[in-house]
Amino acid sequence: MKVAVVHALTKVSDIVWELPPSYKEGMRVPARIFATERLIREMDEAVFEQISNVATLPGIARCAMCMPDGHSGYGFPIGGVAAMDIARGGVISPGGIGFDINCGMRLVVTNLTWEEVQPHLKRLVDLLYLRVPAGVGSTGFLRLSRPEFRAVLEEGAHWCVRHGYGWHEDLELTEENGRIEGADPDAVSERAIDRGIKQIGTLGSGNHYLEIQVVRPEHIYDRKVAEKFGITIPNQVVVMFHCGSRGFGHQVTSDYLQVFLRVMESKYGIRILDRELASAPFDSPEGQRYFAAMKTALNVSFANRQVILHRIREVFSEVFGRSAEDLGMHMVYDVAHNTAKLERHLVDGQQRQLLVHRKGSTRAFGPGLPGLPERYRDTGQPVIIGGSMETGSYLLVGVPGGGESFFSTAHGSGRTMSRARARRLWRGQTLQQEMETHGVYVRTASWSGLAEEAGGAYKKIDDVVEATELAGLSRRVVRFTPVGNVKG
Amino acid sequence: MPYRFLEEEATADIAFEAQGKDLEEVFRESAEAVMNVMVENLDGIEAVESRTIEVENEQLDLLLHDLLQQLVYYKDAEQLLLRVDRPSMGNADGKWHLRALGRGEPIDLQRHRLIVDVKAVTMHDFRLEQANGGWRAHVILDI
Repeated sequence: MKVAVVHALTKVSDIVWELPPSYKEGMRVPARIFATERLIREMDEAVFEQISNVATLPGIARCAMCMPDGHSGYGFPIGGVAAMDIARGGVISPGGIGFDINCGMRLVVTNLTWEEVQPHLKRLVDLLYLRVPAGVGSTGFLRLSRPEFRAVLEEGAHWCVRHGYGWHEDLELTEENGRIEGADPDAVSERAIDRGIKQIGTLGSGNHYLEIQVVRPEHIYDRKVAEKFGITIPNQVVVMFHCGSRGFGHQVTSDYLQVFLRVMESKYGIRILDRELASAPFDSPEGQRYFAAMKTALNVSFANRQVILHRIREVFSEVFGRSAEDLGMHMVYDVAHNTAKLERHLVDGQQRQLLVHRKGSTRAFGPGLPGLPERYRDTGQPVIIGGSMETGSYLLVGVPGGGESFFSTAHGSGRTMSRARARRLWRGQTLQQEMETHGVYVRTASWSGLAEEAGGAYKKIDDVVEATELAGLSRRVVRFTPVGNVKG
Repeated sequence: MPYRFLEEEATADIAFEAQGKDLEEVFRESAEAVMNVMVENLDGIEAVESRTIEVENEQLDLLLHDLLQQLVYYKDAEQLLLRVDRPSMGNADGKWHLRALGRGEPIDLQRHRLIVDVKAVTMHDFRLEQANGGWRAHVILDI
């Protein structure tokens, strides 16, 4: 059956595949998938069903897109991109953003080499495991009052830096400068606040992680850009982590899915093929209220990653007996991969205002685009791609020709195997021992959770990254090798 | 088995199917499945605290959705692991009502073998239907 769906795909080029609007009733535009033939064959059938469902949403511009790491999600596939033309009845859909609003990646460098870090690796990972709580229902060290938490909803990472959890330069190196304008705390439920108020500074679980990585000299693909991004010494050690807005964002999405399901068809006449695609016109009261609520979750996530960065700096400082400043622990960038943002893009030769949904897709602005930090104006945006904990990760850069995907690219490896099956195939304890043999020291909140994240359950990160390069979505700068991992 | 996890679905998340001879049973089994995604040893959750869970919805399937979301809520808001006991439901004024007792205790890292956090109960392919003289639920959880 999967083969039949693949046969329905038109091969536009070696790296671009398309399902035409005739593939399914209601499709307004084609569905386009960026992938090599090998990656296409690894994708589950649900990807094709889900991305063609997305193509039915009102106001969708150009085509529904899926990135090379695409895999089955709910509503949108993971790796889905859809840009809605606001002036043409474009909708906003929580299912196009994901429950974990502003799930994203942050990367920080050090001026330490692997040779300097290796003797301290276990202590570093053990301390990080203690200071950055992970796993089911974990809570952070910050105890905020409700008014303080509401301030975080509006101020994001700025609140953290104002309270001593970070450096001013961190803000300019965060997408939206760590605070998106227009966040309205009155648009969120008390239940969302209940769920999130104790979770700032926590990783969560699933595929969330914190990793110590090394840049081998042979894994630098663009030395000039790497230097601009702060990768300047052989075998340099960096820290990468992946997490989002925790229970707060999950509840915001759950709340508004129900709101949209109530009004979508009765009030706005929108029919969808999957309840997870519940939508409302962007310019409707419900759409605007969700947009303002979603932005509070964006800010919570920026704050979460800011506080985690603060803890990482504290741990390195403690272990090496030097200040974080002295250890050169500068951020490279912080980028979201579950968002919907208003951006201007060229469609059919015209500049249009679009609401770009990216669900498991990273924004990848090319050089000169507005919104980039001054220091990256000439290089393009750093794109942080997290691989599986066994295989490695990448730093890419946005390219001038990225407009075809509304300057979007992949976000990670992409799973090829269900969690249930992975848990049956691997045992957490054995996997941990094997990984240590292969040079990666792991601490985990859950053995079963670790087994679910085995490298064998994912696509090959090298294949995914190569596909983004072949498709002209982004370009390789550096590959990172994992040496220490805290697993949620 | 009253619930089973579906290996072939939801690559990034977790899908399950629950069955019951009546609505009360399929609701309780679905609740057990949600908790079993997060906690390996459900029998390790001792009933030392309780919360009354009341939800209502015009649609029966969404009533189940709301119940399951309550369990996710208590896990985050109060770090409470709850198992659903004695659910009872009825239909009045055009709405379905459910009342149940959630019994359990706060997360204890020493005794509870935790697995993975449930972020949300998705609406994707969410189904509650009559089958084999009883009821069956199909649920995908966001992980």
